[in-house]
Amino acid sequence: MAKNSAKDIEVKAFATHQIITQPNPLRKVIRRVDEKDLDDPVGRAEQALAGLSGEFKDWMATEINRLSAAYVAVRNDGFTKERRDELFHAAHDIKGDAATFGYPAAAGIAESLCRVIEHAPNLEKVPAELFTHHINAILAIVHENTKLDSISVSAELSRRLRKVADDYLAHVNRDRPEHLEVILAPSIVPAEQG
Amino acid sequence: MFRIDFNKLRFLVCDDNPHMRRILRTLLHSFGAREVYEAEDGATALEMYSHYVPDIVITDWAMPIFDGLELAQMIRQPDSKGNPYAPIIMLTGHSEKRRVTVARDAGVTEFLAKPISAKGLYQRILNVVANPRPFIKTKTYFGPDRRRNTNAAYMGPERRVGEKHELLQQPSLLDKARSSI
Repeated sequence: MAKNSAKDIEVKAFATHQIITQPNPLRKVIRRVDEKDLDDPVGRAEQALAGLSGEFKDWMATEINRLSAAYVAVRNDGFTKERRDELFHAAHDIKGDAATFGYPAAAGIAESLCRVIEHAPNLEKVPAELFTHHINAILAIVHENTKLDSISVSAELSRRLRKVADDYLAHVNRDRPEHLEVILAPSIVPAEQG
Repeated sequence: MFRIDFNKLRFLVCDDNPHMRRILRTLLHSFGAREVYEAEDGATALEMYSHYVPDIVITDWAMPIFDGLELAQMIRQPDSKGNPYAPIIMLTGHSEKRRVTVARDAGVTEFLAKPISAKGLYQRILNVVANPRPFIKTKTYFGPDRRRNTNAAYMGPERRVGEKHELLQQPSLLDKARSSI
C-alpha cells in the first residue's frame, strides 16, 4: 500500500535538484469522522503502557545489571572498543528507558555518563571515581526509588553529578572546540522530562 | 475531524532493546495497528523492509551490525527496487542538536527523542500519514524535503536554485524534537 506506481510519481527537474511528488500513498488510512465518533488512541495507549508498568522494575534491574557488568569488564581489563561500546550502549539504553520506567533521575545520570564516555579524549585517563559515582548513583536510585523521600535526593544527586562531569569535560576538552560546543549546548529534550 | 485507520498500516519497528520493542508494540497495538514487525538490528530490519514492505519504519539509532542512521541511508536509495519513500521515524536516546541534523540529512522523516510518550509517537505518525513532504534529490541527498520554513535571504552553498521557494508550514525537525511531544 505504501508505494505508488511509477506513473503516479511526478519529477520536476531544476538546475541543482529534483523535486519528487506523488499522491499521498497513505491517504486511504485517513478517514473523516464526526466528533462523536472520535476515539482516544493516545489515552488508550497510555492505559496500555500503565498496564505494563508492573514489569518496569524488573526491566530496570536487567538494564542496571548490564551496566554493572559492562563496567566490571572495563575495570578488570581496561577499555577496548568493544568494552567501551558496551558500556556506552548500556548507559545509553538507561538514558532512553529509565524515565519511561519511572526513574527519571537515573536517566539523567546515565546521560551524564554517556557524555563522559563520548567526549573524554582518553577514557583511560578519566578518574575511576567519575565512573563509579555515576554507576553507584544509578544503582542506588533504582534500589531506593520506592521511598518517596528519596526522589528529591535522586534529582539533586543527578544534578550534581552532571555538574561534576560537565566541569571535567569542559576542562579536558578546552582545546577541542568541536567537543566543547556539543558539551555546552543545551539538550533538545525539555529538562522536566529528565 | 480525521482519524487514522491504524489497522490498515503496516509498521516495522527496529530497536536492539527488547523492552523498548515491547513498549512500541504495546503502543502501536493500542493505537489500533495489527501488523507490527520487529527487528533487533539494522541488517535484519533491512531484510524485513524488503520482505514486508512496511508503510512506516520506526527505528532506534544505536544498534548492532548497522545502526538506524545506516538503515535510513540504505532505505533512501532512489534507484532501489524497494520503496525509498517510506516515512522513517527515528526514536532515539540521542538528544543533541547535531544528531537531529545528521538524522535529517540521512533522510529521516521525523525525530522523536526518548523518553517515549504515547502522545509523541501518535503525533509523529499522524504527521507522516497526513502531511507527507515532497522528496528532494540532489547530488548528495535523497529524502523528504528538509525545508520546513523559508528564509528568502539565505544564499548559502546549499541553496537550491531554479525554483520559487515554497512554504512548508511545519516546524523544523529540531523544533519538533525539542517539543518532545
